[in-house]
Amino acid sequence: MILVLFGVSLMIFGIMMLFPPGMRVAIFVQTDKIKPGQIDALIARYGLDDPAPVQYVRWIKSVFQGDFGYSITAQAPVIEGFKRFFPITLELVLFATPLIILVGIRLGTLGAVHKDKPIDHGTRVFAIIGYSLPTFWLGLLLLMIFYGYFGIFPPGYLSIKGKDILFSPEFKRYTRLITIDAILNWRWYLFWDALYHLILPTINLVMLQSALILRLTRSSMLESLGQDYIRTALAKGADRRTVNKHARRNALLPVVTIAGIIFASLLAGMVITETIFNRQGIGLWMARAAILLDVPAIMFNVLFLGVVFAIANLIVDILYAYIDPRIHLA
Amino acid sequence: MADLREQTQHPRYKEFLFSAKRFLKNPLTIIGLVIILGFAVVAIMAPMLAPPENPEQPFKIPHTGWRSEPSPPSKVHPLGTLPQQYDILYGIIWGTRSAFRIGFLVVLANMLIGIILGAIAGYFGGVIDEIIMRITDMFYAIPYLVMAMALVIAIGRGLKSIIIVLTILGWPTYTRILRSEILVVREKDFIQAARASGASHLRIIFQHVLTNTIYSVLIVASMNIGITVLYAAALSFLGLGADTGYADWGQMVSTCRNYIVGPADNRLAYWYVVFTPGFVLALFVLGWNLLGDAARDVFDPKLRRR
Repeated sequence: MILVLFGVSLMIFGIMMLFPPGMRVAIFVQTDKIKPGQIDALIARYGLDDPAPVQYVRWIKSVFQGDFGYSITAQAPVIEGFKRFFPITLELVLFATPLIILVGIRLGTLGAVHKDKPIDHGTRVFAIIGYSLPTFWLGLLLLMIFYGYFGIFPPGYLSIKGKDILFSPEFKRYTRLITIDAILNWRWYLFWDALYHLILPTINLVMLQSALILRLTRSSMLESLGQDYIRTALAKGADRRTVNKHARRNALLPVVTIAGIIFASLLAGMVITETIFNRQGIGLWMARAAILLDVPAIMFNVLFLGVVFAIANLIVDILYAYIDPRIHLA
Repeated sequence: MADLREQTQHPRYKEFLFSAKRFLKNPLTIIGLVIILGFAVVAIMAPMLAPPENPEQPFKIPHTGWRSEPSPPSKVHPLGTLPQQYDILYGIIWGTRSAFRIGFLVVLANMLIGIILGAIAGYFGGVIDEIIMRITDMFYAIPYLVMAMALVIAIGRGLKSIIIVLTILGWPTYTRILRSEILVVREKDFIQAARASGASHLRIIFQHVLTNTIYSVLIVASMNIGITVLYAAALSFLGLGADTGYADWGQMVSTCRNYIVGPADNRLAYWYVVFTPGFVLALFVLGWNLLGDAARDVFDPKLRRR
């Protein structure tokens, strides 16, 4: 885990070193008020021409101190930008992940129980389409149909009136997640407004992302249904529904463990989803930073997502060992 | 008589026939095959289907004017035009070549790197194995799309950069698979025999080890072509790929982002800009995924005879 994180940090540092020193200055300063003449002085001051190992140590130190530089896209220090954008991303991921898992498990079970029947073929087609459709294309089509034609589910994360409430001084932000804060502040309009803007991106994500869970559930469930104890239960006259429930419990062990991975990869996939639906989260921030060559913002987000991935992988490993007694952590 | 002939046939040939039969039995596979063959024909015939204005730069989509509003399908533009009057049909036809080029180049390069490193790691083992596998672990621990984005920006945007970046990031899958396959084969008797009879490492790897392990790599490669094209298109969509007017499907989708809603009297007026390029891309990826699925079902010895 530590070794992998060290490797990831080396890779990110390597990418960073590909940028010329003049662009890397922003990683170390906390404002955008740099005059053109100052850049050379700043390069010298932060030692951006030093040998790479020296620079790496200095960079890691600043990372551990929480200094990530100034983001021109957010027009604020990177950390401030992250605090502003991340809750919007997190909210969508928190809504979509359980739905993706539920839909995937449900359809996967259906497919396995009705193996080689029309339902099974249907779910398999759904899965392979989910694998093949470009996220951005489906998103644009959904927007075109729902927002363009029917005039419902607009892009963005809140309506103008919703933003008025959100940014009004008497609105207290406890968790920074809009829906939860809206309930805590007893502002139902804001709650419904936030939910309304979450629907279309969630549909988009569920349609495409549940394919992985669906496949995993189906194959795992098929294996589980072929076990001796299932046959015994059937032979003793247990009804099909109960048996399926038992089989599913055992089949879900591997499925549940990848929930962490789904969560992490959804966070990374937000670059596309938020760009389409124009939600001001870290994904859209990154997409804009990429166009404007906002190096500090990109590097911070890559680092952040790398850490999230590492933690998700660790949790999955631990869950596996906990659930399956045959695996022991060395 | 027939029995005798069957007996005299080479087992590899029989194996191939069996696989081919299994392969063609599934209707989904046929659909995948037809889609990909169709695209291949379009890619090969591109100069005839859509003669370029300037043969030196065939990937530049011709456009008639600079008006930003797309024009609907007409006699001159059978599928309509993108913003700035780029012909959609031309873009799709030459975009097929772009897609094949990206998919093949990246997957071939990935496979080459993956096979070399996987063979070294699996065959020799020890410290080299440990080092190579720890490096692949690192690649698995990073978010693919985001890392690709950062790298593309670092080396400068463009289609070439996308191909280079996807090559750098894609090989660990193949290394892992090949290594695990080789670990199984490595200790088999026929390898020991080859070693005992004095064959060189290179000869053993190429003649005995790889011939028995390469199939799994090829299956994954066929499944990855579609996904690779999808990632390249996603990067193009974010504005990191080719310039406006280049025949690349991802780029074409990205130019239409501002045209999802038409004027008030006909809100779906620009449906063709949003729908067509993305649909072609989806079809291409679907075709490869269907083929890859079929290849896995047919060639995987654990699944096939069920």
